[in-house]
Amino acid sequence: MVVANDPLAMLLLKQDVEAFLYHEANLLDDRRYEDWLDLLTDDVRYWVPMRRNVKFGELEREFTREGQDINWFDEGKDTLTRRVNQILTGVHWAEEPLSRISHLVTNVEIVGVTPSASDAEEVALRCRFIIYRNRVATETDILVGRREDTLRRGDGGWRIAQRQVFLDQNVLLAKNLTFFF
Amino acid sequence: MAITFQPSAYSGLVDQDNGMVSREIFVNADIYAEEQERIFTRAWLFVGHESQVAKPGDFFVSSMGEESVILCRDRQGEIHVFLNSCMHRGMKVCRYDEGNTPIFTCPYHGWSFATDGALVGVPFYKDAYHEELDKSQWSLIRVPKMVNYKGGIWATWDPNAPDFLDYIGGFKTYLDILFDGWDGSEGGTEIIGGIEKWMVPSNWKFPAENFIGDRYHNISHRSVDLVGIGPSGQGRRDNSEREGAKSLDVSFPERGHGTVMFLRPEHAQPVPSYQNDPIVADYFYQCEIARKERQGQLWRILAGPGTIFPNMSFLPRQPRSIAVWHPRGPDQTEVWRWFLVDRSAPPEVKEFLRQYYIRYSGPAGLTEQDDMENWNYAHSASRGAMARRHHYNYQMGMGYAVTDFEDGGLKLDGTVLDTTKARAGEQNQRGFYSRWREFMAARDWDELATWRNGNGSAC
Repeated sequence: MVVANDPLAMLLLKQDVEAFLYHEANLLDDRRYEDWLDLLTDDVRYWVPMRRNVKFGELEREFTREGQDINWFDEGKDTLTRRVNQILTGVHWAEEPLSRISHLVTNVEIVGVTPSASDAEEVALRCRFIIYRNRVATETDILVGRREDTLRRGDGGWRIAQRQVFLDQNVLLAKNLTFFF
Repeated sequence: MAITFQPSAYSGLVDQDNGMVSREIFVNADIYAEEQERIFTRAWLFVGHESQVAKPGDFFVSSMGEESVILCRDRQGEIHVFLNSCMHRGMKVCRYDEGNTPIFTCPYHGWSFATDGALVGVPFYKDAYHEELDKSQWSLIRVPKMVNYKGGIWATWDPNAPDFLDYIGGFKTYLDILFDGWDGSEGGTEIIGGIEKWMVPSNWKFPAENFIGDRYHNISHRSVDLVGIGPSGQGRRDNSEREGAKSLDVSFPERGHGTVMFLRPEHAQPVPSYQNDPIVADYFYQCEIARKERQGQLWRILAGPGTIFPNMSFLPRQPRSIAVWHPRGPDQTEVWRWFLVDRSAPPEVKEFLRQYYIRYSGPAGLTEQDDMENWNYAHSASRGAMARRHHYNYQMGMGYAVTDFEDGGLKLDGTVLDTTKARAGEQNQRGFYSRWREFMAARDWDELATWRNGNGSAC
């Protein structure tokens, strides 16, 4: 937690950031994918590593590396936009019929603010998520993990400049990842 | 274990004469249990890549069929594969995915094993075992046969299995394209860090037969073709090299392996590809020229997806990768995916390919997401009492394959179905299931190595 010399500004900022995260989750769950894309900066980095079982003392090797290894996701806005466009073709069978998804976002903590809480231009935050996906008849996935985001103030509000997603799974138990974290 | 099906029953389940396969072999739990005995303890299985265990003490925990195995390089630098189960009470001696260790110590009672699998430590050896336990008899169970072929590590539990190259036969041509450098240099590939592992609710044979040459399922990938993820910015792949090429399905039914490919015209020349990036485009162009020089006529082969019986599939071209379909019960498959690049490629090329592999492949890949949906629901909709009474249809292209294929001076081994005009065929799948039937019925490798008697069955 950032040591705030202005606790009230910090409280207001946290409220503001949380409202943004809930709004973002609603866009995804309401299937407003193009509106969701608008919340991403043009230079957004979106990274979801895979996760290994490693010995105590070697935890720096637990996650596959951004920009070097194979990861579940390691991309920018271009590929994310193609993912949205794929769902919007209506013939993306893995999402046709569309899944029913709820993002639960919780344990939100602000871990960094630039330049200060009262006039924040960039915020680094950490949160936990549960993503519940149910599709077709009984198919259900529950994915849980930690998210680390960097938000940047843009025209009309916060934009997501970086998202890092740390899933609490080794062998991925979902057959595919056709949704966004 | 209830054995419902006598060996003779398998000929009814795989009806080669009529091109039909019973759904029972995908959904029946007794048949699944038999497969573990008859296929996965006898066939050659892919375990990993030597670049994953580069240094002494490096290990990678893999899987052969349902069972966990350890791929390990010992202190002398020799590679071993052994069962990941303590000889005393069966505990997994290693529950890490990979790493480096001087020793594997069982967390249950403390037996410890060296990196070559030898039992080296037994608690209370003096007082409780009175120094009478012969440690040399209680090493971790080593595979009786293992091979490092161009960096790929393969193993089999059957000491009577033929040597790996005999098991592969004429399919070697296609396996070489996977493991050699793009310029044709021998074994010039390495693994990119990070092995994808995920569960698919489907029988393991669905993906195996899909990769052996299902050109018919293009409709599955309509959405990715519309949005475009290919290396030249469009479609799924780069198809510029296919200009004027023949489309061929190649099967080795006596061994169960198969692949699809495009065969360039006799006097074809390298053409530019991967044109989103000039460094990458130049790299591949130069490699193509070098390979043509090295390989002559064989350079004409543009290799596509393939499967080595039973459960190792691969894409020798981009996204260059290996998939192993580990059986996890009749209704579940654990997929492991390795990605390969040329060891000597410039960093820009490796990075370009890494990004393409990620967006194409695996559970998050724009292409393969849709495959998993098909395998999932094709499987679950085949489990019912009524559904099981009706065979799947594998009749496409029956009777149109040749065993003496020749084009412009290039002769091809195996049974070749020209699908240039047809665009799809199912001879590779028929070859896979006829081999499956042989594995399920045969007593031993004397019966399984049919090619030794010149009895290879065509289909």
